[in-house]
Amino acid sequence: MVERLSPLEPVYRPGSHGRFEDGVGVILSETRPDSIVQVAAWPGEEARAIAAIRKVTGLALPDGAGGGVVDGEKAAFGFAPGKFTVVDEAEGLAAALAKAIAPAVGTVTELSHGRTAIRIEGPEAEWVLAKFFAIDFALPAFPLGAARSTTHHDVFAQIQRTGGDRFDIYVFRSFARSFWKALGHAAEEVGYEVA
Amino acid sequence: MLLTCPYCGPRDVSEFTYQGDGNRQRPAANSQDLQAWNEYVYDRQNPAGDHNEIWQHSGGCRSHIRVVRNTLSHVVSSAIPVRGDTHRRATERRKPGAKA
Ligand SMILES: [Zn+2]
Repeated sequence: MVERLSPLEPVYRPGSHGRFEDGVGVILSETRPDSIVQVAAWPGEEARAIAAIRKVTGLALPDGAGGGVVDGEKAAFGFAPGKFTVVDEAEGLAAALAKAIAPAVGTVTELSHGRTAIRIEGPEAEWVLAKFFAIDFALPAFPLGAARSTTHHDVFAQIQRTGGDRFDIYVFRSFARSFWKALGHAAEEVGYEVA
Repeated sequence: MLLTCPYCGPRDVSEFTYQGDGNRQRPAANSQDLQAWNEYVYDRQNPAGDHNEIWQHSGGCRSHIRVVRNTLSHVVSSAIPVRGDTHRRATERRKPGAKA
């Protein structure tokens, strides 16, 4: 595979930043999955699309709005009615899904080069994200595996909770560097580490 | 103001785009009925009270939503997806100048 260049590369500075003397509030990183794929089912075909995602990835998407599932190197979540994002650390997911999802069921769109995946993890992750997005990040309102579609200053973001204090954020590649820098500024007060 | 997206739940109004009066009924594309086109393009009830509106959750799931919003109080009494909405004709086509 051709080595993919990260849009964050010029500003990605591993190490501790901000007010970290009293402890690191969040760890920021880019997860760089090789596959980010969007599946959109035609109305009434959602169950078939969910079954195909399960067949290809082994991920069983729960029913319901914004439901999702995480399993080590793979993740999937609903981000709109009948629409799902499926992520795999390995490449080749789009081709496998395209084989499993007939045109009469829905569409498969390869977004691996179009989105950048940013991870925020740590005891202050909810606090930092709450400064960006007007949604409830508390665990009861935003359970493990679930996802939300929202925006920060018109930068569209899909956010999946992949751990008790861990969130994976998918943003447009072209906005990723600006979003990353803003996230760093927001995390300064709690002290952050770039992994 | 908060709008409750049927998919995403309550969200700030800044995530939404207003898509116009929900009472409009577009004539068939080949319609020659000038009065019907005139009503579709220009006639609005402009009620002081409950109003049928179309919104899009453009900063979220991007669904189109049929909303009933009170123009005096901003109270949203209903927000349902446009797609699959079997009760979409909340009001029958009105005569020009009819009350809301
Ligand atoms: Zn929505």
